[in-house]
Amino acid sequence: MIKRPFISLAKPRIEYESPDVTLPEPKKIPTSEKVTLLLNEAYEPFGKKNAVLLKKDDSVKTGQKLSLYDDSDAYVISSVTGTISSISPFLGEFGCSYIAIAIDVAEDEEMDEQFKALSVEPTMDIAKNYLSFIPGNPPASLFSNGSTSPSIDTIVICGVDSDLLITANQHALISDEKAIRKGVGILKQITGIENIIMAAPEHLMQNAGVCGAQVSVVDTEYPATLPRMIMQNVLGKIVPAEKSCEDMGVCFVSAEAVASIGTAFEEGHIPLFKKFNLIKKDGNSVMISARIGTPVHEIFSACDVTVNEKDRIILGGPMTGSSIYSEHHPIQPDTDAVMIQDGKNLALVSDYPCINCGECIRICPAKIPVNMLVRFLEAGQYEQAAEEYDLYSCVECGLCSFVCVSRMPIFHYIKLAKYELGRISTAEATNA
Amino acid sequence: MLNQKKFIVSHAPFWHDGSTVTARSYNMIIAALPAVLFGFISYGMPAVGVVSLSVSSAIVWELLFNKISKRTISIGDGNAALIGILFGMLLPATSPWWLVITGTFVAVVIGKQIFGGIGGNPFNPVLIGLAILMVSWKDFFDFNEALVNYDLGFAMVYPLSALKHLGTSGIDAFNTADLLMGQQSGGIGATFGLGLIIGGIYLIIRGFIRWEISVSFLAGVVITALLFNLVNSAQWAGPVFHLLTGYTLIGAFFLATEDSSSPVNFIPMLIYGAGAGIMTVLIRNTGAHIDGVVFAILLMNLVNPLLDRIRPKALGKVV
Repeated sequence: MIKRPFISLAKPRIEYESPDVTLPEPKKIPTSEKVTLLLNEAYEPFGKKNAVLLKKDDSVKTGQKLSLYDDSDAYVISSVTGTISSISPFLGEFGCSYIAIAIDVAEDEEMDEQFKALSVEPTMDIAKNYLSFIPGNPPASLFSNGSTSPSIDTIVICGVDSDLLITANQHALISDEKAIRKGVGILKQITGIENIIMAAPEHLMQNAGVCGAQVSVVDTEYPATLPRMIMQNVLGKIVPAEKSCEDMGVCFVSAEAVASIGTAFEEGHIPLFKKFNLIKKDGNSVMISARIGTPVHEIFSACDVTVNEKDRIILGGPMTGSSIYSEHHPIQPDTDAVMIQDGKNLALVSDYPCINCGECIRICPAKIPVNMLVRFLEAGQYEQAAEEYDLYSCVECGLCSFVCVSRMPIFHYIKLAKYELGRISTAEATNA
Repeated sequence: MLNQKKFIVSHAPFWHDGSTVTARSYNMIIAALPAVLFGFISYGMPAVGVVSLSVSSAIVWELLFNKISKRTISIGDGNAALIGILFGMLLPATSPWWLVITGTFVAVVIGKQIFGGIGGNPFNPVLIGLAILMVSWKDFFDFNEALVNYDLGFAMVYPLSALKHLGTSGIDAFNTADLLMGQQSGGIGATFGLGLIIGGIYLIIRGFIRWEISVSFLAGVVITALLFNLVNSAQWAGPVFHLLTGYTLIGAFFLATEDSSSPVNFIPMLIYGAGAGIMTVLIRNTGAHIDGVVFAILLMNLVNPLLDRIRPKALGKVV
C-alpha cells in the first residue's frame, strides 16, 4: 500500500506498474472441475422471453457459443467441455443482473468447430457473434456496424493498464506482438476505421511501434490511462461531462482484446485463457493464465495463497476494482487482476464527516470540488450535486477516497449517486 | 455452500494513504510545542496551569457534549485537545481558571459542536472562544495589566498597545531579534516568533496546513503595514514589527489555516489569507482594538463560503 510521504508539500505522484523485463511465462492454472460463466442478461424464468436454448445436463464443447434465450444477442463462449450443472441468476455490482451458467468439466476436451469454418473470412458479423466474450473483453461499440449511433471513427488500443499494480495489457503488448498486429489489421478490415491509435507508455514504444497502428505516449502517473484522461491528454479532445467517449466517436479497447481477436482469426478458435495479475497479500504480483470461468479459489490454491476469513478479495486493481464475497466467483473476460488483502491490515472507511482539508481538491484530476460534492452526496441531494458540483465530470479514479483524511467512502458515494440518477432518468423515460 | 468463508466486501479504492484526523491534530499540537514550552519557561507554573486547564477542559466539554447529544465519542481525534492548546497559547499567563473554562466552553461547544462537530464549524472555534472573552472581559486581555507582576528582564509592555498609544516612538525599545526570540510580553504561546515559524514550516512541509493561506496572510500583513509605514513612518510601525508582535505568527500558521473555516481552492486561499492579513493591520492601525488578528480571521471565515465558489472549471464542463 502506498503511504502518505513524510514530506507532502505537493500532491503525491503515483506510478503505474511496469511489467517485469524478464517477461516470465504466465503460470498456467490447471482446468478446474467446475467453471462458471456469467452471461450478461437478466434471468427471467417465467418471463415472456422466447425459447430457452440451454438447460441443465446439456453437454457443451470447448469454444461453443452459449445463448440462453432465442431472441437475445447476449452469449458466452464455453471455455471447457462438460455438462451444464446449473443455470441461476447472479446479481453483480450496482444491480447488474447476470445469469450464471455452471459447467461440470468432462475429462476429455472436445473443440467446437463452428467458428473455425467462419474464421477464414473475417467480417463484422462474425466478430460480433463470436468475439465479444474473449479475454480482454472488447466493448460492444467496437463491433457496432456503424449503422447504430453513435458512430465510432477512432479506436484507441490501450497498451496500458487502467489500474495500479496491473500489467496484463502491457504484458500482452510485449508478448503477443504478432497477434496484435494481426488484430489491428482485422479491425481495420472489418470496421473500415483507419484511425487506430495505440496508447502505450514510453518504455513500450518499441513494442507498440510494430503493431501497425499510430502510436501515442501515455504518461505513467495514475490516473493518466483512464479513458477520459487519454481523451484529454493524448487525443486533445475534452469529453463533455454528460457524454461518454463513445459519443465522441472514440472506442477504447484493450491490447489484450486486440491480441485475442488476432489469435482467433489466425488460429481458427476463440481464445479461452485470460491473462491477469495475481496480487498476493505481501503485494507481490504473479502473471497468471487461466480459463475464463475458473473460480478464484483455484487460483489461490495453485499459487499457495492462504485465504482466511475476513480477508478481502478484489477483482481488478486497488483503486478501481471490485471486491467479491465468494471465493467461487469466476474469472471473467475483463478480470485484469485478482488481488487479495490480509484481513488484519485493511484500509477501511469511517463515518467521519468531511473536515475540509482540501487533499481531494489537490489530487482530483478532473478538478471537481470534492469537498462540496461529498456534502451533497451524503445528504442524498444527487441532482444538485450533478448540476452545481460537477458529479458527471468524475473520471472515477478513486484518488479522492485514497487521500481522504476522514476516510470517507467518497468514490462509493459518487458511484451510488450516478447509479441513482441513472435509475431516475430510466424511470422517467419509461413513464414518459 | 453454507460454511463458506466470509470476506470483507467494500467499495473501491482498497488502498488508503494512511492519513488520519488524529495524526493531523497531533502534528499540529507537536508543531505548537516549541512556542508553548517557551511560554512555560518564561511565565512559569501559572502558564503551565492555564494551558493544562485549557487542554483538559476543552476535552471534557467535547466529551460532555458527545454524551448529551448521544453521538459517538470524538475526543480521540485530538481536535478538542488542539483547540485547547491553541486557546491556551493565546491567553495571558495570569488568566483566572473560570476564564479558561468559559473560553473553552464557548470554543468547543458553541464554536464547534453545535454546528455538528469537526468539519461543520463555519468559524475557527478557538477564535470564537477568544473573541467572546475579549469582548466580555476586556481587562483580562490587557497584557500590560495582566502581566504587571512579571519581570522577565525586558520591557514588560505589550508592543502593540505601546504602538497604539504612543506611535512608533513607543516601540523604539524593541528590536527585531528580541521580538523574534520572544523577548516581549503577550499570550503564553504567541510571543516566541522563531518557535512559531519553525512549527509553521513543519506543518507546511508535512502538508498539514495549506501554505497558500499562511504565505498570503503574512504577505497581506507585510504589504499593508509597509504602505501605512511609507505614508507616515512616525505614526505607523513597519512590516517587521507587525509580523513579530501580537498574534500575527500564530494566526498565520495555526489559526487562519483551520481546515473547516478556510477555503481549499488556490485563488480563494490567496484572497482569504491576504484579506485576513490586510484586515489585521487595518484593525491594528485604524480600529478600536489593539490586535486585529482575531477579528480579521473571523471576518474572513465569514466570507469563506463565498470565496470558495471561485474554482477551476471541472473536466468536461462546457459552460
